Amino acid sequence: MQFTRRHFLKIGAVAGGGLAIALYDLPWSDIRPFAEVYAAGGLSPHAFVHVHPDNTVTIMSKDPEIGQGIRTSLPMIIADELDVDWSQVHVVQADLDQAIYGPQFAGGSMATPINWEPMNMVGATGRRLMILAAARRWGIPADSCTTSGGHVYDKAGNRSFTYGELAADCAKLPVPDASSISLKKPSEYRIIGEFTPGVDNPAITTGKPLFGIDVTVPGMLYAVVQKCPVFGGTVKHANLDAIRRMSGVRDAFVIAGDQHTNNPAIEPGIAVVADTWWQAQAARLSLNVDWDTTAASPTAPEQSTESFNQKAAELLPQQPSYNLRSYGDLESAFRAPSTRVIEADYAYPFLAHATLEPQNTAARYQDGKLEIWTNSQAPAGGRGQVAKTLGISESDITVHMIRAGGGFGRRLRNEYMVEAAWISRAVKAPVHVLWSREDDFTHDSYRPAGWHHLKAGIDAHGRLTAYSQHLVTFGDGKSVESSAGIGPNEFPAGRVPNYQIGYSTMPLFLRTGPLRAPGSNAYAFVGQSFLDEVAHAAGRDPVDFQLELLANTYDGGGDRYYLPERLADVLRQVAEESGWRKRKSGNGQGWGIAAYACHLGFCAQVAHVSVDSQNRVRVHETWSVTDVGSQIVNPSAARAQVEGATIEGMGHTFVAVTLKNGTAHPTNFPNYPLPRMHQTPKMNISFRITEYSPTGLGEPALPPIIPAITNAIFAATGKRIRTLPLTHSGFSLA
Amino acid sequence: MSLQLRVNRKIIPVDAAPDTPLLWVLREHLGLKGPKFGCGVGACGACTVIINGIATRSCITPASAAVGADVTTIEGLSADGTHPLQQAWQQLDVPQCGYCQAGQIMSAAALLQHTPHPTDEQINDAMDGNLCRCGTYARIREAIHKAAAAANSTQSGSSAFHKPAAT
Ligand code: FES
Ligand code: FES
Repeated sequence: MQFTRRHFLKIGAVAGGGLAIALYDLPWSDIRPFAEVYAAGGLSPHAFVHVHPDNTVTIMSKDPEIGQGIRTSLPMIIADELDVDWSQVHVVQADLDQAIYGPQFAGGSMATPINWEPMNMVGATGRRLMILAAARRWGIPADSCTTSGGHVYDKAGNRSFTYGELAADCAKLPVPDASSISLKKPSEYRIIGEFTPGVDNPAITTGKPLFGIDVTVPGMLYAVVQKCPVFGGTVKHANLDAIRRMSGVRDAFVIAGDQHTNNPAIEPGIAVVADTWWQAQAARLSLNVDWDTTAASPTAPEQSTESFNQKAAELLPQQPSYNLRSYGDLESAFRAPSTRVIEADYAYPFLAHATLEPQNTAARYQDGKLEIWTNSQAPAGGRGQVAKTLGISESDITVHMIRAGGGFGRRLRNEYMVEAAWISRAVKAPVHVLWSREDDFTHDSYRPAGWHHLKAGIDAHGRLTAYSQHLVTFGDGKSVESSAGIGPNEFPAGRVPNYQIGYSTMPLFLRTGPLRAPGSNAYAFVGQSFLDEVAHAAGRDPVDFQLELLANTYDGGGDRYYLPERLADVLRQVAEESGWRKRKSGNGQGWGIAAYACHLGFCAQVAHVSVDSQNRVRVHETWSVTDVGSQIVNPSAARAQVEGATIEGMGHTFVAVTLKNGTAHPTNFPNYPLPRMHQTPKMNISFRITEYSPTGLGEPALPPIIPAITNAIFAATGKRIRTLPLTHSGFSLA
Repeated sequence: MSLQLRVNRKIIPVDAAPDTPLLWVLREHLGLKGPKFGCGVGACGACTVIINGIATRSCITPASAAVGADVTTIEGLSADGTHPLQQAWQQLDVPQCGYCQAGQIMSAAALLQHTPHPTDEQINDAMDGNLCRCGTYARIREAIHKAAAAANSTQSGSSAFHKPAAT
């Protein structure tokens, strides 16, 4: 998976005598198919780096910052190759302009793999230009010059220039050929690989306006949008006149919206606009609405988790409606007299994203043009949605990317952007739409619930000979709802001689979508728990059992990004670091292990739990080993991602969104018990450095912690957790 | 209707309905964006401010209840981010998204004011009402210990953490 890329850099002068280095080609479409949508548009020149006469450097941060630390880590890469001191650097958030900056989104742990080499090249080209400019002034060959800390030095003498002194010259030089650019050796890095606190920390810790919710625009009004408790429901009648008379209220009106439950541009509802948000919110609490709850479907108001459970129970024992991959002779393998067959059903609930900052966006519509301030993770998609819904051109929309209070995939959806734009145009004033927490919980794009039937065959030697998986999920016939599909290569595809995977669907009138490590956050729980179960039945250690599988190749193996040796290595290493072989499970103490590969990363986790007499589970300590390639860009942010993924994974064992009468519950945090400080385990975090190109860390550490915990509960109690949340099996988190 | 509030050592008249939650008075009337809105029901701690030395959820505190009291927001902890907690937070790179952190720091400031050398358990107790969706708890705990150590080495007693002006 080493990527080969060509780079084209273009230079131009910027106002004030500085230098702009631009990147206009990012051949990254080999990384992931979903990224290819961006490649079609092509990329054009723009400045990433501005070197000022006073030798300070402004570096543009191209991607949305949602807590993953990208606003710090991508500029770190540029700064290191540019060879300036981090203290010289000032980071500025770029606006949305993909023609200039390349793809700008936060999702799929893609920022590092997409940007690693291009950002290196931006910095290194800048350094090369500084050398060329200095060499020309001194009349010496370029290779007689060297750089350090934002200066070019003549190797022979003791003369030097600051970059600031050379910036104007650089702007006039032709673009150095990419082949003349040499990148640093990792041993030469001075910023990459160093613990680097986030560039926004001073603003965060002093309470400066920084987040989407903090944006104010002169003359701005605030709005809330009351939506139907049943997704896609429309307004029949409401007491709008009474609402309009309330204190501070400027307007209240119906948004017809659309009923596409999968990804509505704008949901139906009632907008209440007031001078302050609190006035809008207070007025909304007095709304009296007669809803048509059947607008999305006549059966939408009858949907419930309960009815899905029943339907899934009918479908699970049947053959999957749609086959994804099968090879070998599954039935013969299961029927062989020496085969021991193990079967189990697994299930998990809908989950909410619950970003701590509720969804919001500010917009100003004026004279046919729109200016938007948003914390979207996918602002380009949002701009497209706004343009389409309002019937205006994308080129008339300016999008400012504002720091988000968490993303986790929620802000890949952009309906709050459309709402802000829509309402601003309607009331002819800048508007900040802010959702309440209740809006956020009841109109999320939920991690879909799922039901799995698994069947494994083991031979007399305790080896896995056959494996089948049937996912019952949501969809319309063959097409599945967002993030509700499974791939043909789900583990142990290609590692077992006989294999089948397929799915069946049932209709859903609720929006689903990606939640951090989409798919993987559920399939790792299912697959790695079942593997533990099978290993146990075979009397094998789960590590040995899994390593044996990872050494096999059948039917051409699996997905080309799934490198079994990388997974085997992190599994071996975490077993060693956690003292796995010396563990003493039982008597309420348990250790569990799991490994998973997703989003180009490979991670294994071990959890040590205790379970008391009242079935209260405490996660005491975890060990993780993650392989995301050859370089950790910012060790602080990298560890933070693993810490966050571990805590979030713990949370996934214990929270659930339940559908009753077409309505999602709970509606606020008290009944959605996300982990708190006292539940935080000691986390031992290691990275395994390998020869592969660096990849992202937002997601890979999350999936394996969930089965590591549930396997540990089994080890402690003998009770197998096959359904989440844990309360379903009578456990709670202490 | 006008209310007199004392926020970050300044007396400020506010024209707001008395039952307006203090959070929204701070954010919308006084332009103090440090306290954050997370839930509106006292369940996440994002809106935490210190009222008369006590960490308080401003989203469920009517503005009228703060009349005559000393309200300190994150903006009033130090003008320039030099408070030992702010320093520790920056050095240990506590924030991920950062949205909860003003509330976390205010809860920590109230804790250290009363308990200058907290144990892990005391920290857990004091901080359990502050949700961090990103999971920064381990670093928050470490930062509180670090700030406690730093303050104790430079100043005696607890006054370094939060000193409301005398009324
Ligand atoms: S916003 Fe006040 S506790 Fe959540
Ligand atoms: S840092 Fe994101 S909620 Fe705490």
